[in-house]
Amino acid sequence: MTLSPRARLALRLFTGLGLGAIYVPLVVVLINSFNVSQTFGWPPTGLTLRWWAAVWDNPGARSAVLTSARVGLAATGIALVLGTMTAFAVQRYRWFGREVVGFLVVLPIALPGIVTGIALNSAFAARGIPLGYLSVIVGHATFCIVVVHNNALARLRRMGTSLEEASADLGADIFQTFALVTFPQLWSALLAGGLLAFALSFDEVVVTTFTTPPGLQTLPLWIFDNLFRPNQAPVVNVVAAVLIVMSVVPIWVSQRLSGEPTTGGRM
Amino acid sequence: MRASLRWASVLGAATLALAGCGSSGTSGSTTAGNTPPAPPKLAMQSAVGAGEGTLNLIAWAGYAENGSTDKKVDWVTPFQAQSGCKVNVKIGNTSDEMVALMKTGQYDGVSASGDATLRLIYGGDVAPVNTSLVPNYATISDFLKDRPWNSVGGQMYGIPHGWGANVLMWNPKVVTTAPTSWGAVFDPSSPYQGKITAYDSPIYIADAALYLKATRPELKITNPYELDATQFQAAVELLKAQRKLVGEYWSSYTTEVSSFGAGNSVIGTAWQVNANLINGEGKVKVETAVPSEGATGWSDTWLVGAKAAHPNCMYRWLDWITSPSVNAQVAEWFGEAPAQTKACDRTADETFCTTFHALDQDYAGKISYWTTPTKSCGDGRGNACEDYAAWTQAWTQIKG
Amino acid sequence: MDPGVDPDQGLTRRRRPRAVVRVSGFLHRHPLVRLLGLLSAPMLWLVVAYLGSLALMFAAALWSVDSFTGNLIRVPTLDNLRTLITQDVYRTVALRSLAVAASVTVVDAMIALPMAFYLAKVASPGTQRLLVAAVLTPLWASYLVKAYAWRTMLANDGVLSWALRPFGTSGPDFGVVTTGITLGYLWLPFMILPIFAGLQRLPDSLLEASADLGASAGWTFRSVVLPLVFPSIVAGSIFTFSLSLGDYIAVKIVGGSTQLFANIIYDSIAGGTNPPFAAAAALFPVLAVLLYLALIRRTGALENL
Repeated sequence: MTLSPRARLALRLFTGLGLGAIYVPLVVVLINSFNVSQTFGWPPTGLTLRWWAAVWDNPGARSAVLTSARVGLAATGIALVLGTMTAFAVQRYRWFGREVVGFLVVLPIALPGIVTGIALNSAFAARGIPLGYLSVIVGHATFCIVVVHNNALARLRRMGTSLEEASADLGADIFQTFALVTFPQLWSALLAGGLLAFALSFDEVVVTTFTTPPGLQTLPLWIFDNLFRPNQAPVVNVVAAVLIVMSVVPIWVSQRLSGEPTTGGRM
Repeated sequence: MRASLRWASVLGAATLALAGCGSSGTSGSTTAGNTPPAPPKLAMQSAVGAGEGTLNLIAWAGYAENGSTDKKVDWVTPFQAQSGCKVNVKIGNTSDEMVALMKTGQYDGVSASGDATLRLIYGGDVAPVNTSLVPNYATISDFLKDRPWNSVGGQMYGIPHGWGANVLMWNPKVVTTAPTSWGAVFDPSSPYQGKITAYDSPIYIADAALYLKATRPELKITNPYELDATQFQAAVELLKAQRKLVGEYWSSYTTEVSSFGAGNSVIGTAWQVNANLINGEGKVKVETAVPSEGATGWSDTWLVGAKAAHPNCMYRWLDWITSPSVNAQVAEWFGEAPAQTKACDRTADETFCTTFHALDQDYAGKISYWTTPTKSCGDGRGNACEDYAAWTQAWTQIKG
Repeated sequence: MDPGVDPDQGLTRRRRPRAVVRVSGFLHRHPLVRLLGLLSAPMLWLVVAYLGSLALMFAAALWSVDSFTGNLIRVPTLDNLRTLITQDVYRTVALRSLAVAASVTVVDAMIALPMAFYLAKVASPGTQRLLVAAVLTPLWASYLVKAYAWRTMLANDGVLSWALRPFGTSGPDFGVVTTGITLGYLWLPFMILPIFAGLQRLPDSLLEASADLGASAGWTFRSVVLPLVFPSIVAGSIFTFSLSLGDYIAVKIVGGSTQLFANIIYDSIAGGTNPPFAAAAALFPVLAVLLYLALIRRTGALENL
């Protein structure tokens, strides 16, 4: 398939416009982080640095970032283990329940967050488990499994089993085969899945609302609270701007590390 | 002016919840009869002894600030220094959450709103308060003492802390004649169709009932929180008609403030702080009033836990939080009228108490304070009234 | 394997402990045990913990609340379901929510497909990396902040009206349309990513073969690319559809006076007033999503998220 120069130009323009549209609201966020108006009045009547200064003075924001990072890391860790296991079970074995497993894994993300949140909340209450770090992490891990599962599944399918069979034929036990043959082929997919899982957890509001006890505040909950305080609301824009800039780091690192053979640019 | 803007941390969460007034168990108190039984008899503190070194509080966000939100907003640290009581604050997001937390018995006190207080009193979760042990109580506004939401049978169960009204706000550039009635937001032929705003909570049904109380006497509405089927239906119909006029239901005040600023809304129900904030931004000027029918509002009280492990520290806190300069700080930060009359001399903004009508007994008298609706009408009608669950479902119907 | 012979011919320094070798051998001979081992933890988690929670919640849909004490009355009744079915307002709101979720999904797919195609098949490797990063980055800016940014954009004198003023028009008032725009914006990356991944898996040789056989680019796109990437589009739609169906926050920020079905659920539980009613109402999005999943099962989308 050869694209005419016109079609290429049209695609390029469309993509450019699409990305432009994606970034316009983010630019608004950035501008509002300097906006003197406490409720983001537009156009800004003046610019100020006081919101940026206020962030450094705000231990609440810092501890919320830490809480979110802690929850995100734990949930991602659990999702990595469980998602890898389900991916192997579905991809490497022919059995009747493969589709059921695939369905179960996707369910927590396919059902609206408010359903998952309320269900987990009532389950914790019924079993007398107090809400805390544990309940939030359980909630997040549940809907994070699917992204790890799918990334691992796609990779396993592409890898095939010939190298693993060769390893076994050469006498490696299954642990050695996993560590020396399977994992090195798999890990960049896990990294990509883990990163997406972490991002999902880091920005989750709804399930979090129903699984956090009062007092424990993840970053989105902190933002939620502060968005509705006039003398605090602009601070939220600063935090968002900082997050956007900082997100470049994990994305860049993962692109570097995974060193995926890229497929772009052939048309 | 800036100073007056440093008001409320979290009215958002707080008052939202005040309003939403959650209330699962509205009243463990009211039984099938018409008169609530007496609350459990609990001992009252007779003297304030040495502090216990710790104090565990449940508070609306913005009521017990320790500098973690804003370094300059801190009245907990000086209290700790003065009393030797280390304060742990748990923020309650809703009245229900507060009631549930108080029931654990692990807290010494709570800043409760009108829809939570009675539940706690009748539930035996809070103890009567010996007001003579709180010297600052003497100068609390008289019209806040011995009220139905903070006392039972003449016995105070807490120290009033702050209050406010849901006022009518308008943009005089568009609404050129100052409205004097809530009719301005209910009139089906309103010229401001699509630019009217209303509060997004079932409790807003009370605002409609308050208007009907004045305009349709044949409904015999006595209390906008005690509505029987006919009265309730009338209020719901009024709001369904109003739905066609409403451009936006606001649930947080940043929403309302930005709507007035951008011109999406020009008239509607509001908190005084919203008006101050809009006028502070200077882009749009607004005016507020309590219309002739009166207004709904909130009143918060600090209560003492029945099982408080640190009662002496709690009594010290009651006196501290209602002391003139601290009460002034809280009121300005939160954006409400201080309960302490002497606080009015200590506000950073000298006109603060005038703006918030803090000492205006007539103004306070026009407010119907938020109370959770229950089946019990609180009068001769018995259990004929609609409860908050019915209000919630009706609110869905109204928004359609 | 013969445990007596060093399996890697002395290349590794350490010998494998006997127990490990024995376990490995056992597992090697018993694939069923391996499978069960792999399934144990995930199934414990997803079936017992997750499905168990859902079952618990839906059981509560049959309960009611004592309006005096606020306590749950654990006596089965169909009242909640009856209310939901018989009162028109719930049908209206449910249909509105479905319409919003469906339009968001369709619009996102139409925007995402050309973008993902450009990213996967046209852009040079360097540009591709950059663009993928550009699509991923907004995911890290808080959902709430982005929704609120749209409020600034869509307000009466907001960015959009400001930009449209020279053309003598203005943006829409807050309502269903603005909610749809905002949700579509928020979930767009979730549509681009699976389609991009699907296109990357699509071998170029297929496209070349199609061209060699004389198909035009448009024809190849319709008859080769689209059918093969369709499961990925459907996979993306699971995100956009169900995230839209479950949202109750964006509509509060940019929805003006409108409400969506998730608001009904949230309002019943947030006030603590009527958790059983919330559970009953939650049946609607659950059934809608299950029906949707059943419809798309055949497309293989579940493996393409």
